[in-house]
Amino acid sequence: MALLEVVDLQVRFDTADGSVQAVRGISFAVAEGHTLGIVGESGSGKSVATQAAFGFARGAHVSGRAIFEGRDLLTMNERELRAVRGARVGMIFQDPLTSLHPMYRVGWQIAEAIRAHDRSVPKRTARSRAIELMARVGIPQPDRRVDDFPHQFSGGMRQRVMIAMAMALTPSLLIADEPTTALDPTVQAQILELLRELKDDFGTAIIMITHDLGVIAEIADDVVVLYAGTIMEEASIRDLFYHYHHPYTEGLMGSLPSAGVRRGELVPIEGQPPSPIDPLPGCPFAPRCKYSMPECTVEAPRLVEIPGETRHRSACILPTSRAARQALRDARHPPTTHSMVLDR
Amino acid sequence: MLTFLARRLALGILVMWLVTVIVFLIFYIGPGSADVARALAGRDAPPATVALIAHRLLLDRPWYVQYGHFVWELLHGNLGFDYYHDEPVTSIVAQGIPITLSLIVGAAPIWLLIGVLTGMYSARHPRSVLDRVFTTFALTFYSTPTFVLGVLLILLLYYQLTIHGIALFPGSGFTPLTQNPFEWFRGLILPWLTLALVAAATYTRLTRSSMLDVLGEDYVRTARAKGLGERRVVWRHALRAALTPIVTQFGIDVGTLVGGTVITEQVFGLPGLGWTAVHAIEEQDLPVIIGIVIVASAAVVVANIVVDALYAFVDPRVRLH
Repeated sequence: MALLEVVDLQVRFDTADGSVQAVRGISFAVAEGHTLGIVGESGSGKSVATQAAFGFARGAHVSGRAIFEGRDLLTMNERELRAVRGARVGMIFQDPLTSLHPMYRVGWQIAEAIRAHDRSVPKRTARSRAIELMARVGIPQPDRRVDDFPHQFSGGMRQRVMIAMAMALTPSLLIADEPTTALDPTVQAQILELLRELKDDFGTAIIMITHDLGVIAEIADDVVVLYAGTIMEEASIRDLFYHYHHPYTEGLMGSLPSAGVRRGELVPIEGQPPSPIDPLPGCPFAPRCKYSMPECTVEAPRLVEIPGETRHRSACILPTSRAARQALRDARHPPTTHSMVLDR
Repeated sequence: MLTFLARRLALGILVMWLVTVIVFLIFYIGPGSADVARALAGRDAPPATVALIAHRLLLDRPWYVQYGHFVWELLHGNLGFDYYHDEPVTSIVAQGIPITLSLIVGAAPIWLLIGVLTGMYSARHPRSVLDRVFTTFALTFYSTPTFVLGVLLILLLYYQLTIHGIALFPGSGFTPLTQNPFEWFRGLILPWLTLALVAAATYTRLTRSSMLDVLGEDYVRTARAKGLGERRVVWRHALRAALTPIVTQFGIDVGTLVGGTVITEQVFGLPGLGWTAVHAIEEQDLPVIIGIVIVASAAVVVANIVVDALYAFVDPRVRLH
């Protein structure tokens, strides 16, 4: 059984301009010890989905099911949710400076996470545990740095503090919401390496939320591609990178810089995501899709299995056979070196 | 931290020096030395008396000697003597200070408590009924002149109660704390309320907006993600960060009020610093006015230094700069 199974999750916010449907019925599962990548651009609902599942998207109307360790999070009361948050599921966020309280010492903040779930742990024990955790996530001289404030750390070190805090009670799931976006590329690689290590050591499952396919390639086992609050495509990491089906995924791949690509070869996706307030009928990506057909704007395509591949589903009516898809692509735009590499 | 405080202290001394210069210019140089001496001597004084006074006050000496003397005496705690009773200004000011301080000491906790609690509630339940009620009350009190509120309180809680045989509060006057603590307290409740209700409005609004900002911060989300209870999230994490502007406002308010509870003191007949200042101005009693101006500026300067020190205490990021 999956560690976390989200079924038909819908998240809606009521605003002055109308009701915003941020997440429109998505389903995904994370197996124990596995890493699920959730990719999407800003506003695709990727952060809101997980925050809503764990009960802290404030002011959100949430429906569906989110079964975590056998219990539905969406039917839990605040008290039960609190026992889950921090203890069974750890979370790290995009900006480690603003995510740590600027006025408390980092050691205190880590110790607080420990004592939040077990008051019987003496403060001194929690503190030495905090030092151990800081050492474990690679912070040099943890016994001295434990009493420093967040602003005295570099960005990468702050994210390590966040990770130490999230892993303090060895949760079964770590939600990493754009954890490397605010960091330098070299530091990004170190943080991803650390996450991989922790995952192997503690058997922690990870949900990696990012807009960066490079990060996904580094760490994920499976990937869900979100667009306008709906799942466009889901696949294993190999299938997604080598046999992606959905034109939106293709667009993401085209706008992904890589070392071999010459200048001018990045292909941006034209247009803007649809308004979350007045969704058009049909596929949300249709207005920006270069393959779009009249029927695309009539009814939203359902997620369908791609035959012959395991756990690969796509919400697009394009032919599922690889040869037919390739022919279609070649007809639209002649292959470049870059797309040949990706389509091999 | 020490250099930070030393710098603040030096800045405070600089400000006080500027205050003495301005006071000196306005009161001594402005009207011209002959006028000062004549004003002091009285309308019908013979020229010899005026000259004598001018000589005794060094008014016939160059301005820098006069200023030097003025500052020298000031540093020795001598603010001169009042025009009418020849009483030392220091003792006049000293009589007013305990009354004004009594007012502030009682009013400050009340407005802080009311302001912060209502502000926190409003921030946690924005657009709720109570939020709107608090906002309405805040704006009402904020825009009510102190003399109207004070007189209303006297009318309702003193006059109406007293004529109905319930003499809860005295209408005016001051009993020193050392003389009778109960009477001191009883006599100050209405002035405290007057001062506090007006001031609390600012704090309600300030706390509400500061708290609303902080509740949207990432570290508050982190606190919830840790599994902390809502109470701890709000009091330990959010309030701590929201406190900075409140502490600043509080320090400035307390400092300003030392020289500025004028209207409340007038309404309730409390002879504090504000009351003394008003009477000195009415009587053109220059030395007393100068004395109060200097004491009031000193209070503002000291309050600002204390606020800066507190600021560094509240926010560790300040300690480095």
